[in-house]
Amino acid sequence: MEHSETLTREDTVLVACRIEDLPPGESVRVDAAEGTEAVAVFNADGELYAIDDTCTHQDASLADGWLEGCTVECPLHAACFDLRTGMPSGPPAKRPVRTHRVTVEDGVVRVHVAAPVGAL
Amino acid sequence: MRSVAVVGASLAGLAAARALRAQGYDGGITLIGDEPRAPYDRPPLSKDFLLSRTSTEELALTTDDDESLAVDWRLGTTATALDPYERRITLSDGGEVRADGVVIATGARARTLPGAGAPGAGGMSGVHTLRTLDDALALRESLRSGGPLVVIGAGFIGSEVASTALAAGLDVTVVEALPVPLAGPLGAGMGAVCAGLHTDHGVPVLCGVPVRELLGGARVEGVRLADGTVLPAATVLVGIGAEPNTDWLADSGLDIRDGVRTDARGATAVPHVVAAGDCAASYQPGPARHVRTEHWTDALRQPETAVRALLAGPDAGADTACGPLPYFWSEQYGVRIQFAGARRDGDSVRIESGDPEDRSFLAVYERDGRPTAVLGMDQPKQFTRWRRRLAADWAAVTT
Repeated sequence: MEHSETLTREDTVLVACRIEDLPPGESVRVDAAEGTEAVAVFNADGELYAIDDTCTHQDASLADGWLEGCTVECPLHAACFDLRTGMPSGPPAKRPVRTHRVTVEDGVVRVHVAAPVGAL
Repeated sequence: MRSVAVVGASLAGLAAARALRAQGYDGGITLIGDEPRAPYDRPPLSKDFLLSRTSTEELALTTDDDESLAVDWRLGTTATALDPYERRITLSDGGEVRADGVVIATGARARTLPGAGAPGAGGMSGVHTLRTLDDALALRESLRSGGPLVVIGAGFIGSEVASTALAAGLDVTVVEALPVPLAGPLGAGMGAVCAGLHTDHGVPVLCGVPVRELLGGARVEGVRLADGTVLPAATVLVGIGAEPNTDWLADSGLDIRDGVRTDARGATAVPHVVAAGDCAASYQPGPARHVRTEHWTDALRQPETAVRALLAGPDAGADTACGPLPYFWSEQYGVRIQFAGARRDGDSVRIESGDPEDRSFLAVYERDGRPTAVLGMDQPKQFTRWRRRLAADWAAVTT
């Protein structure tokens, strides 16, 4: 995974939402901060996951997608990604999305976005 | 079961091979495909591929992981007959394949204009259908010479090509024999809204007038309609639907009325023979009839269920598994259209949010006060919520 090589870099921490605004089955898009790309946070049956929001197949927001178990299906061409690994689990996507760490503190959901490879 | 032949090497055939391995089958898999190409994705053919924004390589459906499927690929070979009890498949190259189990995934082919001759096979040059990658390459080449383009049929393929050709700067006219485009899948009201996308962008849509004849000699020069109107054309795209590729099964004894008839799982009446994808008409408990769809997601998902039925064997008994909720999408003029559910004539339509005039809205189809289907135009998030709700109802029908 790309981001594992960048763990030594400073993560960008984004506030996603309050936990009560992200019930099971729901998702939220967190718009890009400087030096990051937009991410999508999902509540898959109580577990929170964050991945890059943009499908690697074509420009579409995965936060708008269809969540089924730990898989999100892109709303544009039905490409599927495993939220745990970011790996495509169905065509037509062939490249993974990055995964990001999610924390909840005092009811606030935060995403720790790894710096993109090559960023300073 | 030691050998399985999958007939058809597009999305459904590849999904079947993957499902066989994912479900623990470790025997031989022979994958027979009439096109010489490895499986590729068709939806971009009417969109970015026509604009050369997507390459042939990017269309490939297979990845390096598929090496582990250990499939015996028989590409460029057409299956011409099936002996269903021997499970013996005759091939166009004179060979044959015998297998313990057969997955029929031969898809569908573009319908051609009656009397116009098949494109590239004695028909006029400049007249195209769009189904295969080679079709798309030929259409792309023809569009390069400029317009005007006449699209016959305002269904999804025709509408997408019209939108793409307009983006390429061509003069485009759409002709539709029905009074309202897309009235079959969407109903007249919403069909008219979709047709409005063309007129929004200055593309005329001539409805309710059939085509009388194509004009020209070796190359098409125009289209004459039944009312005498003549439309000049450098290229004609015929998008009038698809027919299931079941001719090769004519003597098999299988029921092939509008597709290979199967139960809800994909099993045919013949033991150890299943069918999936565009060629299959599977029984759907919701509407309580056999339904043949040409949806990408069905071609992807039906094989999982069909392969499970194949591996369980005919004595496992029919379970009540239902297929996924029907779902399809289209993109035209930068607008994303999504539809899910099982609409029937007579369903009422309620605008849940947005405004059709703005080309951004969500419409819910209802029957007896219950939602049956949902249509979204540039409303992916809302659409997904409704699709989830309908899918839950859909699954509940069979439990």
